[in-house]
Order: sequence, then structure tokens, then C-alpha cells
Amino acid sequence: MERTTIDLWVGIFAAAGAAALFGLALKVGNFNSATMGETYSVTGAFENIGSLKPRAPVKSAGVVVGRVDNIRFDPETYEALVTVKVDKRYPFPKDTFANIYTAGLLGEQYIGLEAGGDEKMLQNGDKFSKTQDAVVLEKMISQFLYSKASESNDTKEAD
Amino acid sequence: MFSAVANVLRGIGHRVVDNLWRFGASMRFFLYVLIYSGESFRRLHLTIREIYFTGVLSLIIILVSAFFVGMVLALQGYNTLQRYGSSEAIGVLVALSLVRELGPVVTALLFAGRAGTAITAEIGLMKATEQLSAMEMMAVSPVARVVAPRFWAGVFSMPLLAALFSMVGVLGGYLVAVPLIGVDAGAFWSQMQASVDFREDIVNGVIKSVVFGIACTFIALFEGFDAPPTAEGVSRATTRTVVNSSLAVLGLDFVMTSFMIVA
Repeated sequence: MERTTIDLWVGIFAAAGAAALFGLALKVGNFNSATMGETYSVTGAFENIGSLKPRAPVKSAGVVVGRVDNIRFDPETYEALVTVKVDKRYPFPKDTFANIYTAGLLGEQYIGLEAGGDEKMLQNGDKFSKTQDAVVLEKMISQFLYSKASESNDTKEAD
Repeated sequence: MFSAVANVLRGIGHRVVDNLWRFGASMRFFLYVLIYSGESFRRLHLTIREIYFTGVLSLIIILVSAFFVGMVLALQGYNTLQRYGSSEAIGVLVALSLVRELGPVVTALLFAGRAGTAITAEIGLMKATEQLSAMEMMAVSPVARVVAPRFWAGVFSMPLLAALFSMVGVLGGYLVAVPLIGVDAGAFWSQMQASVDFREDIVNGVIKSVVFGIACTFIALFEGFDAPPTAEGVSRATTRTVVNSSLAVLGLDFVMTSFMIVA
């Protein structure tokens, strides 16, 4: 076969392969959100983070605004320190509420931010003043059972 | 009694030594390929020609298989997922299984069957018809002229073929899931993008396919170069190429996956 024809086909092959890689990165993968623009990091202390993982999404009003950067254990307060990176485009007030939610009943856990009313904005390295822990299903069930039991005791005493 | 046991042991020992010797020879051969690579790159058109024969001509089988694999994955995945009411997760299932495992592995297996056998048979026949000796007589290194271009062509083609496999497989899965079954297109793509990580999944898949490219092409080249110069020898070498490449791909896949999942 003519050398130029071979060159042409190999060129098409290489271009198609590169296009497929780009397609995988952009259309199938999360290359867009992985390379967020500039971020600022904020730390929050939680008593229980459930099964929150690094790189879990940080959402506000359901929109992904950042990612969990790292999770450490603080041996002095016995709390989990979660550092999140939030996109610089989305400033949040100082009194923003950080909650750990679960997507669906058994889905992955993420951090939900509820904006407060403070005029000052969170800066890089700040701490969330108000946090709410992950809901632990076993704890909730035992509380529910406990309250049910005490309720039935109350009704018995009333009789 | 004693001599029977000794004979069995001798047989095992002979095989072990034989295989070790072959392994050592193959590593020396690998080193030669690397040493002569520079020389072969000076005639780049040889490598480009081999990319045409190993890569471009493998495209049809790779793309058609990818399309069907993607469609079957979507059908099977939907069948199970809809029982748990999460048929939207079908995009995640198709994309993750293709990008992480099926893309690199099935491409490598098809590549070993389509291109690896051709390489072994060609080089084995070149050796049987004494073309390689003729080259050496003319002070042309057969490793630089014949082997190295084929090696680099295989290493270059495999990741591209695997990427195309994954992409076409995802498209096949999309065609079955969205227009045929009626899964919501937005949920299909957005759930996929939320769970497929660029570094953890896509880059790891590319790393796998590069390693498979090295393994498959090298095994095909060595078996061809090492084949006894007879019709029977070439046919046995071709068989060994397919068997050894497939085993190497599956074994390496397990090793690499265990490293990638832990890390």
C-alpha cells in the first residue's frame, strides 16, 4: 500500500483514539468537576461523620459547590475534623451551617451547606461554627424503641 | 521405586529449568528490543506501517465487539437493577465496568487474537524462510528492523484501542438504555459522571492497557522469534502466543486491580 495512505489511516486512528480518551474524560468521567477552579478550604468539627469519605461532594441547595478534601481525627476533642474545598465562585457567610446528609436511604453521604445571614464571608482556613452530625440509623432506631417503651409505660401507669 | 520417583522429579526439574531458561532468554530479548528501539525510531515510517497493521486493521473487530459488549451490559444490568428500583444507575454500571475492566482486558484479548497471532506467524515464517538470517548477513539488525517497530506499534495502539472500546461500549449501552428501554438520558449521563473518576478510573484503565500492550506484543514477538523454523513450530508458536497472552493479561489484570483498589 502507498505510504501516504498508511500515514493517513494511522493519523485517523491516532486522532480517533485521542478523541475517545477526551470523550471518556469529559463525557463519561468527572474531569470537569475534578479540576475545579480556585478553591478555599474550610474546616468543620463533627462528633460523628458516619461513612463520609474524602472526595465526597459538598452541596448547597442540591448543587455541588465543592468536595471533601480530607478527614482527620482530633485526639484532643475526640472529634472528626473535615476539611472541605469550596469553589471560590461561591462565597458563604460566616455562620453557614454544615450538615452531613445521606443521599437517599442508603446512598453515599455528602456535606450540605445551609447559608446563614452573616455579612462576613468565610475565608480560606476558617471553621464552620455550626455543624450537624451524620444520622446513625442504629442510634435512631434505639431512640425510637426507647421512646416507644417509655410511652407504653406511661399509658400503663395512667390506667 | 526410587528410580521412578527420581524420574518424575527429574522431569519436573527439567521443565522448571527449561521454562526458567526461556524466561531468561525472553528478558534478554526484551532488553535487545529496548536497546535497538532508538535505531528503529530513526526509520519512523516502519513503526507507522506496523501501527497500520496492528492498530488500524484491528479497529473493526474492536469497535464491533465494544458495541455489542456495551449493549449486552446495558440489557443485563437493567434486568437486575430495575428489581431494586435503581435503573438510572445503569449508566454507572456500564461505564465503570467498561472503563475499569472490560475495555482494557477484552481489547487485549482481542488484540492477542487479531494482531498477536499475525505478528508471531509473520516473524516465525521470516525465520523459517531465513529472511532474518539474510538481514543479519547484510548487517541489518533484525531486532531493529523487524521486532522493535512492531513492539512500539503494539504499545502505542493498545491504549488507543482500549479507549475507543470503552467509548463505543458506553455509546452502545446508551443506545440500549435510553432509546430502547426508556431510562432518562439526563440521569444516565449525570449519574455516570458523578461516579466515574478521572484519576481513579480512566487513568487506571489507560495504565492497564499500556501494560497489556507491552505484554501482548512482547509475547507475540518473542514466540515468533523463538519458534522452531518449521511449519509445525510456527503453528505451535502461534497457539502459545494466544494462550500465554491471555493468561498474562488476566493475571496482570488481577495484580494491577488489587493494587489500584487498595491504593
